[in-house]
Amino acid sequence: MLAFLLRRIGLIIPTFIGVTIAAFAFIRILPGDPVLLMAGERGTSPERHAELMKQFGFDRPLWEQYLDYLFSALQGDLGNSLVTKKPVWDEFFTLFPATMELSFCAILFAVLLGIPAGIFAAVKRGSWFDQSIMGTALVGYSMPIFWWGLLLIILFSGMLGWTPVSGRISLMYFFPPVTGFMLIDSLLSGQKGAFSSAVAHLILPTIVLGTIPLAVVARQTRSAMLEVLGEDYVRTARAKGLAPTRVIGIHALRNAMIPVITTIGLQVGVLLAGAILTETIFSWPGIGKWMVDSIFRRDYPAVQGGLLMIAAIVMVVNLIVDLLYGLVNPRIRHTR
Amino acid sequence: MKRTRLFLATMLATTMLAAGSASAKTLIYCSEGSPEGFDPAPYTAGTTFNASSRPLYNRLVEFERGTTNIIPGLAESWEVSDDSLTYTFKLRKGVKFHTTDFFTPTRDFNADDVLFTFERQLKKDHPWNQYTAGIAWEYFDGMDMPALIKSIEKVDDYTVKFNLTRPEAPMIANLAMDFASIMSAEYAAKLEAEGKKEMLNQQPVGTGPFKFVAYQKDAVIRYAAHEGFWNGKQPIDDLVFAITTDASVRQQKLKAGECHVAPYPNPADLADLKADPNLQVLEQEGLNVGYLAYNTTQAPFDNVNVRKALNMAINKQAILDAVFQGSGKIAKNPIPPTMWSYNDDIQDDPYDPEAAKKMLDEAGVKDLKMKIWAMPVQRPYNPNARRMAELIQADFAKVGVEVEIVSYEWGEYLKLSKEKDRDGAVLLGWTGDNGDPDNFLAVLLGCSAVGGSNRAQWCNQEFEDLIQKAKTLPNNDAREPLYRDAQVVFKREAPWATIAHSVVFMPMSKKVTGYKMDPLGSHRFDGVDIAE
Repeated sequence: MLAFLLRRIGLIIPTFIGVTIAAFAFIRILPGDPVLLMAGERGTSPERHAELMKQFGFDRPLWEQYLDYLFSALQGDLGNSLVTKKPVWDEFFTLFPATMELSFCAILFAVLLGIPAGIFAAVKRGSWFDQSIMGTALVGYSMPIFWWGLLLIILFSGMLGWTPVSGRISLMYFFPPVTGFMLIDSLLSGQKGAFSSAVAHLILPTIVLGTIPLAVVARQTRSAMLEVLGEDYVRTARAKGLAPTRVIGIHALRNAMIPVITTIGLQVGVLLAGAILTETIFSWPGIGKWMVDSIFRRDYPAVQGGLLMIAAIVMVVNLIVDLLYGLVNPRIRHTR
Repeated sequence: MKRTRLFLATMLATTMLAAGSASAKTLIYCSEGSPEGFDPAPYTAGTTFNASSRPLYNRLVEFERGTTNIIPGLAESWEVSDDSLTYTFKLRKGVKFHTTDFFTPTRDFNADDVLFTFERQLKKDHPWNQYTAGIAWEYFDGMDMPALIKSIEKVDDYTVKFNLTRPEAPMIANLAMDFASIMSAEYAAKLEAEGKKEMLNQQPVGTGPFKFVAYQKDAVIRYAAHEGFWNGKQPIDDLVFAITTDASVRQQKLKAGECHVAPYPNPADLADLKADPNLQVLEQEGLNVGYLAYNTTQAPFDNVNVRKALNMAINKQAILDAVFQGSGKIAKNPIPPTMWSYNDDIQDDPYDPEAAKKMLDEAGVKDLKMKIWAMPVQRPYNPNARRMAELIQADFAKVGVEVEIVSYEWGEYLKLSKEKDRDGAVLLGWTGDNGDPDNFLAVLLGCSAVGGSNRAQWCNQEFEDLIQKAKTLPNNDAREPLYRDAQVVFKREAPWATIAHSVVFMPMSKKVTGYKMDPLGSHRFDGVDIAE
């Protein structure tokens, strides 16, 4: 197990270097530069442009800028945002808990609904239930997030008044962030009603962000279950007279879970992409929106730092998924 | 089922409670974006100014609410020397800086604060010139203040002198701009002693109508009324900016009572907002102009008759209907109608494709092929440049001119469009900074701006003489006729096709009283109240 873990971690190092190169190059390949965008219609003279580029350190050779970025990043220094002048590290970790809280709720929503739906659909294959679940999943998968979010807001917040329109908590609650996770902070604040307000604010964004992963998980669970249910050992288990719940819930499900776990792991990337739109619609102060704004402003340090952190998170999640495989299926751990 | 109902009922009650108690004397403004920082001087974005300079700070002189008139601010009065080179300001006494959790002032505002505010931007060796890495004083430099200000002197604690290198009539208007917001030298000294200079941009202290309470990045900014405000305490107790970047969501929040004021509605939503019995929609023409600038140094656009003919080929009303969807007004002058010296006597070039075609024939222009540059971004003065370019393309096709539409990334667009030998006519625009006509006419059409912000590369001596002379005159009454004449020259010479001025809409709850639309485009909440 240790060797497996070390091998996996060893693979992360070249990936990390690749990510730093990609993040560094990506923002510089885009035309335009931060000084031009900062000056806007007013414009700036070539001399002043050169002076500012020098001040930001963008006049140095690219390899020098890259090495500076790489070594600073290794020491945990991602530089200062050109726009807010604050350390990128601080900006990222101020916003990241909001994205993480939302992503976690979204994936929980997808798993808690998607796996049972997939199992039922597989067990009742061909039934109206199966067909309606899979039809709904297809619709969910194809749903444009922006449109879906606005639709839910108009219906549940605008017309029915059941949920708040946007934000993380009602503005009447005001307490300093401790963990950055609103559900936890609202509990810690001890203010009456704060927690339920935070929950109410999470409902619609969770549904919107969780819709695509829910569809994917449900479809994946269904197909994996169908495959496993046709296996000899399941027939044997049934022939032995085991209760159907035991056959499905223990014998079949455990093997069917391997591709499902992979799918769930891959959804983390999908969630971060979906978070950009979901955060914009629900005024959710997370990293998705921050990254997009930084790209539009050519805020080099923020984009480089943000991409690196996001890539690091995806890598860690994938590592965890790999380790989970080992737990679910011992063959994987032994054969590698 | 019972549980679900109970849960929903609890949430509903919480939401209603939230809305109810928040509306007591708290004004919630659903702002369109996050401020870049709280020290306004290094920034140029209106969103940043709305959250910093307007609620938190004052300037020596101020724009009167709802106008571009200049009124006394932290300076009670000022005098200009006969040679227009010295401005002497008498400062207001008894002005308190904000007392906050992080700073308690020990003295009132005085001349040291004025010196600190300007010298940090003016002097490269000032200890606060680079107080955080990579800071640049974009507006101060952009308004040419380093070349204009020779020195700033403290005569006594309540008298400050600005010595200029040349007469500059818009100087007073410049000092009402956001970059001139007066900072506390005492607070700066405290931060410097603590080694926390960067906090000046994060925990602001000013003399303005509201004081800073807290900012949760990209989510909420909280302010409280400044009890010791020199101009009297505000009618509201708390001001909250709920950052809501999407226009449709802002509209929903406004309708649901989650905010009282929400700027920049989608044009398509205006009818719905106006129909809502709980809402009012204020409107005003923006201090901006959207235009198509020919390159007047390149044939055949160096011929005024060709430019005039093309201007007559553009169906501006069709552009307003399709691109602005009613939120625009046809522009005939290079300055907007809300600006003093606007010459309303000028007749716009009529839309007349037949006459335009004839004029082109007379000018010997046949089978003309040209480029039109379409901006890649949305701006108040041009919400959809691509669509606008397509409409002009169709208009020009009717007079036998073939148009190729080109576009570049925004930064590149701004850079390449400045080049003197640029090929093609450029769609662009301008939003005024200080309500002074010089800020449009000299910046966009002056000879010194050729190769820069003068995208028409147009240098006309008659026009130049008028605007240069106007700059040296001491008062606006004397300047006005010169600017009116300059607009006549502009119309005659047609370096641009003036397209439109935007109309800015501001939807808000009917409970909000005393809000005045600002012609300069800022959103101010001093003097605003909420009905119980």
